Amino acid sequence: MATDTQLDLWEVFIQSKSGLPYIHSGSVHASDVKMAMQNARDIYTRRGEGTSIWVVPAKHISASNPDDNDMLFDPSNDKIYRHPTFYVMPEGAKNI
Amino acid sequence: MHNEHSDTHFQSRIDNGEHIEAKDYMPEGYRKHLIRQMSQHAHSEVIGMQPEGNWITRAPSLRAKQILLAKIQDEGGHGLYLYSAVETLGVSRAELIEQLQTGKAKYSSIFNYPALNWADIGAIGWLVDGAAIVNQVSLQRTSYGPYSRAMVRICKEESFHQRQGYEIMTTMMRGTKDQQAMAQDAMNRWWWPSLMMFGPHDSDSPRSGDAVKWKIKRETNDELRQKFIDKTIPQAELIGLTIPDKNFKLDEKTGHYTLSPINWEEFHRVVSGHGPCNKQRLDHHIKYHQEGAWVREAAEAYKLKTAKKELVTA
Ligand SMILES: [Fe+2]
Ligand SMILES: [Fe+2]
Repeated sequence: MATDTQLDLWEVFIQSKSGLPYIHSGSVHASDVKMAMQNARDIYTRRGEGTSIWVVPAKHISASNPDDNDMLFDPSNDKIYRHPTFYVMPEGAKNI
Repeated sequence: MHNEHSDTHFQSRIDNGEHIEAKDYMPEGYRKHLIRQMSQHAHSEVIGMQPEGNWITRAPSLRAKQILLAKIQDEGGHGLYLYSAVETLGVSRAELIEQLQTGKAKYSSIFNYPALNWADIGAIGWLVDGAAIVNQVSLQRTSYGPYSRAMVRICKEESFHQRQGYEIMTTMMRGTKDQQAMAQDAMNRWWWPSLMMFGPHDSDSPRSGDAVKWKIKRETNDELRQKFIDKTIPQAELIGLTIPDKNFKLDEKTGHYTLSPINWEEFHRVVSGHGPCNKQRLDHHIKYHQEGAWVREAAEAYKLKTAKKELVTA
């Protein structure tokens, strides 16, 4: 059983409707992009879940480490002036 | 690496209702429990295709055959969602399959019972998928992100599985005396094994404490079993099926049904490999896995060949 190949790991992203973001659905094993695409179609879109599929070799995905979240996302935490609610509008101002 | 500070931090994330993702810190026990539970779940989906697959060529109509094919194809898909979710924990598909084939990993013991006639296909969809759904609905809120997402997807697909089974049972109960007797016979054989699918009583299930603390399991075996019983008995009565238990009754005060004790000796016998079909199920899996090896080898060879060609033309 040692020589048995299980092929490569690919991550699958499905867009449910044109214009919407692609969302991670899971992964498939495949030897090449064509097989990855067919497997993704068969496994993740049996009920019209998608209008478009991305498959990406899993080894090409890098993820941030949640333990680093404080440091990583710190620059966005103290800039409340990036939010529109930070600004005081004059009484009676409309459509702004 | 065991780290007390990290374990406390991990538990507080769980207590806050956060999901744990693949690359997050997790205690070894949490990882091990997930690998065991999720792989068992994946193996059950795949092995569960066998008793039903047995009836594809003998389905009583084209409609029934199409439905059964679609249902079994879904189960294969469920196995794959789950395998890919377990793989995020750092275990390979080859290891998982080896654990199944050597008997190191278990699958749900319900699939070691044979599907003897068409009524069994009804009983399996209605009772076995019905029990699985109760468990899986609860697991949608499990703390491990990839497992939880696989469960959400699976639950969406399961509802037709149970309904097609109940439809078969209903049709037979509206049929001839013989058909009614077949449906009742299937009910008699599948009822108790379905209740055993939820596992031992809480008082006898040693690992369930950690699983609840880590929110891998959100409800206990007995809580889930009771939900299934309360849902299913009225469905049986509605179509005229008898519960194969002289002592079952509705407790008016609690609104829950109570039953005779479950025969756990049978459960342990089947889990430990002595059910009617244990050997047949594994032999079948091993045979087709081995016979399919050339497809995987050919795919690898094709990949290498096309990669070389691209190198030359680049
Ligand atoms: Fe399933
Ligand atoms: Fe199912």
